[in-house]
Amino acid sequence: MEHLTFWGHFGVWVAAFLTLGIYSFLYRDNPWYKFTEAVFIGISAGYWVVVLFFDNFYGKFWVGRGEEPMLWIGAILGLMMLMRLVPKIGWIARWPLAFIVGATSGLWMMNYLTSNAMSQVQSTIMPLFGEGFGASFGEIIGNLIIIVGTFTGLIYFFFSKEHKGAFGATARVGIWGLMITFGAMFGYTVMSRMSLLIGRVDFIFRDWLGLIQ
Amino acid sequence: MGNIGPIIVLALIAAGLVWLLLRALKGQEVDRRVIFAFILVSVAAPLLMPVTFKAKPTPIVRALFDAIDELPEGSRVLLSFDFDPPMSPEVQPMADVITRHVLAKKHQAICMTLWATGQAQFNITMNDVIKTDFPNLVEGVDWVNMGYKAGNEGVLNVIRTDFKKMFPTDANSIPFDSIPILRGVRSCGDFDLIISLGGGRPGLKEWVLFVGDPTGVPIGAGVAAVVAPQLYPYYPRQLVGLLGGVKGASEYESHFRDNYEQYRDMPTPAMVMMGPQTVAHIVIMAFIVIGNVLFFLARRKEGQS
Repeated sequence: MEHLTFWGHFGVWVAAFLTLGIYSFLYRDNPWYKFTEAVFIGISAGYWVVVLFFDNFYGKFWVGRGEEPMLWIGAILGLMMLMRLVPKIGWIARWPLAFIVGATSGLWMMNYLTSNAMSQVQSTIMPLFGEGFGASFGEIIGNLIIIVGTFTGLIYFFFSKEHKGAFGATARVGIWGLMITFGAMFGYTVMSRMSLLIGRVDFIFRDWLGLIQ
Repeated sequence: MGNIGPIIVLALIAAGLVWLLLRALKGQEVDRRVIFAFILVSVAAPLLMPVTFKAKPTPIVRALFDAIDELPEGSRVLLSFDFDPPMSPEVQPMADVITRHVLAKKHQAICMTLWATGQAQFNITMNDVIKTDFPNLVEGVDWVNMGYKAGNEGVLNVIRTDFKKMFPTDANSIPFDSIPILRGVRSCGDFDLIISLGGGRPGLKEWVLFVGDPTGVPIGAGVAAVVAPQLYPYYPRQLVGLLGGVKGASEYESHFRDNYEQYRDMPTPAMVMMGPQTVAHIVIMAFIVIGNVLFFLARRKEGQS
């Protein structure tokens, strides 16, 4: 804290004021919270406008407009997108939107199919006892869980046959697999959210109050 | 005597939880603000009276450590800082320790970001790690900051085949061809390892789909815990290793410190955070148990009536 300038200290106080303002909502809704929320939204929007203007419009289009004729197509599409602001000719914005949807789907489709479908299937088809029977006991158990979990999970999502008898029992194992997955995801989410809280509490105690050295 | 503080705090939290359970069993409402207060105390107390745990690296964390450690000296490692201040408590410790590891092994660090906010996060690593621990390393020769480029996966789709097209200059506007560290870099295929640090979109998933799988360049990552479960399936086929949340970061810090004597006294923010994490998790687990006890009691009462 000692090495901070006046404006450094000012920044820490502003950050502490805003942090406490956001957390004041936990007590109840109040004007302090509303103010900090509005400040956050306003600054975020402003930050993105400035960054994207300088990086996209100025940095990409304006600087290279003479050398790359293709950039003009992007600029025209961008301009067409802004037509949404004029209700009478708002329909023009559908064209660049259609371009974005088409280009994005094309870009993702093959990569998604290769990486998230083919490779993932390949990862599930594995030698149970490891290559050359070299897997440890723990690895074999892990492989078994992956195989059984994937198989029973897929069975659960097979709705063309009634979930009865052996088929139903397999689907129930699949449900257990899904529940355990959701539990793990919840645990990770808690860890993530707690990290945010710890970060802010650490800031309050260390940088603002100076209680932690 | 030094441990008496945390013990008293833990005892007080435990007593509070028992009080809550008894109160709930009597059918008295528990104000949600009481729960918030419990979480605050369980986070604040271990920060004021630090409780640290020695973290043993799990195989997936160790795999990333080994991937960096086993690369020959002078290898090119691309570090992508794809995160923002809200993710910072989790991901910044990963970024710091991985950058420290990369530079300690004398690899070349090429840094970039797909997030506009990532530039500021890189500056933190630059000031706290690169300039502090490696003052003799030269920008442009040993490490470089290529800065931010908008375009999400579009950027990755281009740099996969032509790195210079997207990054004609570094963040300081120095032309690509004048930067010694980038000599010989044409595409992402010229990197020996790519490490994505983040947890949102664009992030690790895009790196795997658009760069890792098509080029075959090994990809490692440090991600926020909230997305980690969705990314674990990529290991080990499409990922060399993954740090999931602050737990993964603490394991990496601990393992790095154990293997690099000269960094024994380095800051370990993730290990410090594991104290409050653990206490907060125990409190939340206790709340889940209390909530379930009440649920089953209420159901039994309904059944009787």
